[in-house]
Amino acid sequence: MKTKMLLAGVTAGVMFAGSVLASTLDDVRARGKLNCIINTGLAGFAAPDDKGNWTGFDVDFCRAVAAATLGDADKVNYTTATGKTRFTKLAAGEGELLSRNTTWTFSRDVDLSQTFIGVNYYDGQGFMVPKALGVKSAKGLDGASVCIQTGTTTELNLAEFFAGNNIKYNPVPIETNAEAQELYKAGRCDVYTTDASGLYATMMSFDNPSDHMVLPEIVSKEPLGPVVRHGDDQWADIVAWVLRAMMAGEEKGITSKNVKELAAKDNKDKEINRLLGKDPLQGLSKLGLSADWAVNVISQVGNYQESFEKHLFPLTIKRGMNALYRDGGLHYIPPIK
Amino acid sequence: MTFFSNIWRNEKSREIIVQIIVLFFLGWFISWLVMNVNANFEALGKDISFEFLFIPAGYDINQYLIDYNNRDSHLRAGIVGLLNTGLVAFFGIILATILGIALGIIRLSKNWLASKIAYWYVEFTRNVPILLHILLWHGIIINTLPHPRKAISLGEVTFLSNRGFYIPKPLTETGIELVYLFFVIAIIFSILFAKYCKRKQDLTGIQYPVFWINVSVICSLPLIAFFISGMPVSLEIPALKGFNFRGGMHMSPELAALTFALGIYTAAFIAEIVRAGILAIDKGQREAAESIGLKPSKVMNLVILPQARRVIIPPLTSQYLNLTKNSSLAIAIGYMDLVATLGGISLNQTGREMETMLIVMLIYLSVSLSISALMNWYNSKVKLVGR
Repeated sequence: MKTKMLLAGVTAGVMFAGSVLASTLDDVRARGKLNCIINTGLAGFAAPDDKGNWTGFDVDFCRAVAAATLGDADKVNYTTATGKTRFTKLAAGEGELLSRNTTWTFSRDVDLSQTFIGVNYYDGQGFMVPKALGVKSAKGLDGASVCIQTGTTTELNLAEFFAGNNIKYNPVPIETNAEAQELYKAGRCDVYTTDASGLYATMMSFDNPSDHMVLPEIVSKEPLGPVVRHGDDQWADIVAWVLRAMMAGEEKGITSKNVKELAAKDNKDKEINRLLGKDPLQGLSKLGLSADWAVNVISQVGNYQESFEKHLFPLTIKRGMNALYRDGGLHYIPPIK
Repeated sequence: MTFFSNIWRNEKSREIIVQIIVLFFLGWFISWLVMNVNANFEALGKDISFEFLFIPAGYDINQYLIDYNNRDSHLRAGIVGLLNTGLVAFFGIILATILGIALGIIRLSKNWLASKIAYWYVEFTRNVPILLHILLWHGIIINTLPHPRKAISLGEVTFLSNRGFYIPKPLTETGIELVYLFFVIAIIFSILFAKYCKRKQDLTGIQYPVFWINVSVICSLPLIAFFISGMPVSLEIPALKGFNFRGGMHMSPELAALTFALGIYTAAFIAEIVRAGILAIDKGQREAAESIGLKPSKVMNLVILPQARRVIIPPLTSQYLNLTKNSSLAIAIGYMDLVATLGGISLNQTGREMETMLIVMLIYLSVSLSISALMNWYNSKVKLVGR
C-alpha cells in the first residue's frame, strides 16, 4: 500500500520537475533585461564608478549583448560572482551571460557543460612583488609566501611553475581580489599572483603603484572570454557575433562616433553594409536579431578598440596580444557575410 | 462505511493513518527533490560522478598533517583539509573549555571587579558575529606583527612575525626509547598510587597529596632517563633564509587567528553554561559542605562541580559542535580546511559542486555525530545514578 502511494508521489514529482525550456533570447526579451554575471570588483574590467554604476571592459560586453538583443545597452541586471561561484551561478540560471575574465580551458568547456564563445582578452598569469624585495625574476622566489586568488586556474599554474623550476613556496589562498590586495599590502605575502591584467588593475589601485612591479615571467596562457550555458546554440551565436561585431567595428574603422553616419549611407566596403544592416545579412533572422543590432552595439558601447582604450589604457595595459591580427595581435575574426 | 468511521474513531488506528499520510508526503517531497535535481542535471547535460576524487588535485596546500603534494588526489587533498579542520577544532575546544570554565567561575566570584570583568567579556564577545572575530584576529596578527626580516625574537629561538609563529622543533635521536619507557612506568605508578591512596583514605581517613606526588613523578622519571641516556633530543631552531623562516615548528597566522577567535568566542558561551550549571545546584549543598569544614576549593571540586557537570555537559556538547562547524568560516582568511580544499578549490577545479558539497556535508554530519556520541557516553558516566 505504502509503496504504491510512494510510486504515485514519485510520478507526480517527475511531472512537477519536468520544466519547459524556452529559448534564452525569449527569456531575456520577456524580462526586458539581460542578467549578466560579472566580477565582484576588478578595476578596468568590472568595478563600480563614483556614481555606483558598474563599468569596465567586461561590463561593456554585457552592455553590448543587451544593446544587440534589447536595443538598449542599459537594460542589464548585474550579478557579481567570485571565481568560485561563477560557474554555479551561470549553471543555476542566475545569468544568461558570464562576462568575468574567465579562462577558457578544456575541462571547463567540456566537463562543466558550458560554451566559451570566443576570446575577448588574451592574458597570462604573472607575479607582482614590492620593488623593495629586490627580486628580478620569478625564479628567485624560492621560499616566498604567495597570495593566490582561489577558484581560478591560477593555483594549478602556480603549482606547475614552482614544481617545474624546483622551488618551494607557501601558498596563501584568498577568495576575492580585494581581500588578497589587503593581505599583500599588509605583508602577509611576498608575492601576489593572478592574471597579468588583474595585477596591473590591482597595482593601479594602490597608493604608490610605483613601489610595486610585475615580474617579467608570464607562466601560463589565459585566454579570457565570455561564457554561456551549453545547449542553446542560438544564444551562443548571438553572444559570439556581438563580440565579433565589436572587433569588426575596429577592423573597419566603425566607431561610436561615425556608426550612424556609416549606417545611413551606401559604403564601398560591402561588409560594413552587411554589418550595419544596409545590405541583408543572410541568416540574421535565425538569430532573432533586428537589422540594426550591430549599430546599437557600436553606437551605445563602442567598438573593441574604444572599449579597450577607455577601460584598460588607464591601467597602463598595452594592446600587445590583444591587438587585431593586422597590427600584430591575435584577434582575427571570421568575415561577416 | 461504518468500518471506515470506526477506524477513524479508534485512537490507535487513527494515529497510524496520520503517520502514514505524513510519511507519504515526506517521501513525496524527498523524491520530488531528488527527481528535480536529476531532471535539472540532465537538462544541463551533467551527470553525478565521484571519479574526480581520484585524479591529481594539482594545487598545493600550505599546511598538511599527512604527506601531501600537488600530484596527490582530490580525495587526499580533502583528507588534508579535514585534518586541518580537526586540528583547529581541537585547539579551539581546549582553549574554549579552559577559558570558559575559568570565566564561568570568576563570574560568580564575590570579588566585584573580577565578576564584572567576566560579565563584560561574555557580553561583548558573544554578541559579535564569529566571522568578525576571525577577521579581527587575523587582521591584528598580520598588521601588528612585523615582517619576518624584522621578526620579534624570543631568546633567538622563537620568532613572531606576520607569517606566523616559529618555535624550535625537537628532534629525537637514538636512546629516546628509554625516556618513553620511563614515562610509561611513571604513568602506571601514578595510577596504582592513586588507587592505593584512595583505599587508604576510605579505610583510615588519612589523605596524601596524591596529585602533586604524581605530577612530580611523571615529570621527574622521564627527566632522569633523559639525562641517563645522554640527552637524546636536539632542537631544530628556525632561521631566516630568503623570504621566510625555515626549520622549526610553524603556526600560521591563519591557524592562530582561527584558534583564538573560535576559542575566545565559544568561551563566552561556555562561561554562561558553567555559571548556569553552578547556580543550578541548591545553595544548601554549598552550605552543608562549608559547615563540615571543607575548604572553598574542596567545596567546588568535590561537591558543586560534580553535580553541576550533569547540567553542564549537554549544552557544552552543542558548543563543541558549534565550534567545529564554525571552523568552516576559515575560508574567509584562507585557512585550508575541509571547505577550502574539497569544498573550495577541488570544487572549482572539477566543477562538481553537487558531489563535493554532498561529501563535505556528510563529513561534517559524521564529525558532529561522533562528538555528540562521545559526549553522550561521558554524560551517561557522570549522570545521577538512581539508588
